[in-house]
Amino acid sequence: MIRALFAVFIFLASIGSAFAVLPDEMLKDAALEHRARAISQELRCLVCQNESIDDSDATLARDLRMIVRERLTAGDSDAQVIGFVAQRYGNFVLLKPPFQADTVLLWLLPFLFLAIGLFAAWRYFKQPGADTLELENELLKGD
Amino acid sequence: MIAELGHFALILSLMVSLLQATLPLYGASRQDRGLMALASFAAVTAFTLVATSFVCLAWAFVIDDFSVQLVAANSQTTKPVIYKITGVWANHEGSMLLWVLILTIFSALIALFGLNIPKPLKARVLAVQGMIATAFSAFLIFTSNPFLRLAQAPAEGNGMNPLLQDPGLAIHPPCLYMGYVGFSVAFSFAVAALIEGKVDAAWARWVRPWVLLAWCFLTMGITLGSFWAYYILGWGGWWFWDPVENVSFMPWLVGTALLHSALVVERRHALVAWTILLAILTFSLSLIGTFVVRSGVLTSVHSFATDPARGFFILVIIFGATGGALLLYALRIPHVKKGVPFGIVSREASLLLNNVFLVVSAATVFFGTFWPLFIDLFGSDKISVGAPYYNITFVPLFIPIFVIMVLGPFLKWKRDNLKSVLQQLSWPLAVALIFAIAVIGINLAHHLFTAAGIGLSVWIIAGSLWVFVKRTKLFEGSLLQALNILRQTPRAYFGLLLGHLGVGMVLLAITVVTTWQQEKIVTLKVGDQTHIGYYDVTLTKIETIIGPNYEAERGAFALSQGGLTFSVISAEHRYYALQQQQTNQTGIRTNLISNTYIALGDADKSGGWTVRLYYHPMAPWLWIGGFTMALGGFISLSDRRFRVGVAQRDKMATFPIGNTAGVAS
Repeated sequence: MIRALFAVFIFLASIGSAFAVLPDEMLKDAALEHRARAISQELRCLVCQNESIDDSDATLARDLRMIVRERLTAGDSDAQVIGFVAQRYGNFVLLKPPFQADTVLLWLLPFLFLAIGLFAAWRYFKQPGADTLELENELLKGD
Repeated sequence: MIAELGHFALILSLMVSLLQATLPLYGASRQDRGLMALASFAAVTAFTLVATSFVCLAWAFVIDDFSVQLVAANSQTTKPVIYKITGVWANHEGSMLLWVLILTIFSALIALFGLNIPKPLKARVLAVQGMIATAFSAFLIFTSNPFLRLAQAPAEGNGMNPLLQDPGLAIHPPCLYMGYVGFSVAFSFAVAALIEGKVDAAWARWVRPWVLLAWCFLTMGITLGSFWAYYILGWGGWWFWDPVENVSFMPWLVGTALLHSALVVERRHALVAWTILLAILTFSLSLIGTFVVRSGVLTSVHSFATDPARGFFILVIIFGATGGALLLYALRIPHVKKGVPFGIVSREASLLLNNVFLVVSAATVFFGTFWPLFIDLFGSDKISVGAPYYNITFVPLFIPIFVIMVLGPFLKWKRDNLKSVLQQLSWPLAVALIFAIAVIGINLAHHLFTAAGIGLSVWIIAGSLWVFVKRTKLFEGSLLQALNILRQTPRAYFGLLLGHLGVGMVLLAITVVTTWQQEKIVTLKVGDQTHIGYYDVTLTKIETIIGPNYEAERGAFALSQGGLTFSVISAEHRYYALQQQQTNQTGIRTNLISNTYIALGDADKSGGWTVRLYYHPMAPWLWIGGFTMALGGFISLSDRRFRVGVAQRDKMATFPIGNTAGVAS
């Protein structure tokens, strides 16, 4: 745990500035800035470990935050901005992985597992012997 | 000289562990009392040796013996003594030595306090512990030896990562390791039971305190880690779905399932095979946690040079332990006599259902953590999995647990009626609904998730308290009578209450802080004022502080309300010259209901300072809730039934495995 945290911080620290979003980056338009923050939380800082560009203080994250704000100011929709960044930096930049051939299982496995788990539990309830529950209960009395 | 003594003790302990792993196993199969007794002796000896080794290493750190490579690489003379000691485990080699130390502590505790465990079972449990100790001691000696010397000792060491020079991080790793390694006991008991071919209620009674102990420490470890991240990182986050967090969360989830299913084995002799499987999985996940962090397999290529030999070694240990245990499981478990069946509405069923959801949640975290690696290795793309993924998958999978965990304690064993249970719970249900509707009302239906979160947390808190209302017949009899019943209530009930209350607190805190937190990023000059939450904040002064091994700029912020200053908090950022690193010491003012959180950034050219301010309502309850859960666990552990009831073996409870199995009667 420590070691990996270590690694991230050594890296972050080596980059310099101590803060993520800085006052000079922020847009005047509060609604637009609000959207920029929300989008930033969905985009990954490419050189960090699973940190969004909103949280990261890496220089690259700052550049990406600027791009997001530029596109928003130019009138792009949220999806367009995310698409714009993903087109240039690849799917790696998306903290919410796209639903595509190699991520179908990633998205569906949890629910598939749930179905299997519930089915197994159901089988357990319906196992032979459950009918003789009362009999077993008698046997177990005084336990 | 001292370092050589430690080195020697470590090598001896490997030899002793090897003996512990083999001879008692043979002794148990031959009913040889002498060889079985050897297990306990070896366990205590191994502990003494590893402890000696650990003390020697700590000594090398304290006296700044830079001829020891590890000390030279990770310490410095000007560091405060407390961080010289904690520095022992703030690096790879030292932390693995701590891992082995804790493992041998647990083995020695079983040897010394497990007096009423039947000798063959105890010998086998300790033998399995010995196998794990052997593997990790060998790992330590051959790939990560902490005692290597340098031919020429430098005058000064390289220093320790400043982020780790912090009281929170000093106790976080030992707690986490107590949890990870504590689950080895459950694993050893499971494997021993499979070798022995017998799982019974007494087995569950012996293994459950250990599971509980490990779970308590893991809970504290995760809570501490979350709090540390919150106050040191300077942007007010407390959980990041970061791989290193995820790998500590998975054993917690499965360990929580194990804790509850072992209860079913103990009380009802059901879910036997499932519990054994969970015991194996929990420890495997702990090993994976160690592997992920130690091998650096999930960290980015930019971040750290890691030794592939180490990762490979741990991978072999994981495959050996997990693969071996699962093979044994596959061979032996088909012969296990099925447990006592139970109705679909019963306490067993509620525990089983929650087990399903807990394990599926853990599986989700597993997929999210390892899928990017899988695609990287076998696919052509590179993907990331972050918070948005878990919000869509993990969160909905976890919500049923919140609903069921309140019903469980009200359900009778074997078979019950859902309608009567809901009738008993009508008050908590009503209160929860009122809260949820009130939230919807206040927020004009903008926050349906908030309403659901608050409703559920009130449901958990009220429902947990209701267990006591019902038990003491508070509204039916006199207060005196209620107090009397309360006094005779076993401690395990208080454990249940606190454990579940803690979950409710954490959920409430998450919901409230996520919905109503405020953030402000501004540039302030000395004398400037801004506003966050209910307070006005004034930057009153900036000063330069010279610490023992750092320099800092410290800002003093006056908090006031209605012109009345009631508190001054300081936030600083430190610069560690030796490591050329900056860290944040955030200023947090808490009133236990909400936190006001201030982080100081850099100065601009015109003398303005970047300042991040947060208002975090209910945030303290994230960690209060976490510690409440752990406290509940500890109180359960102190229940006398864990100590007294242990020896009472129940003939009815025996479920032999294998062809020699008799009918359980």
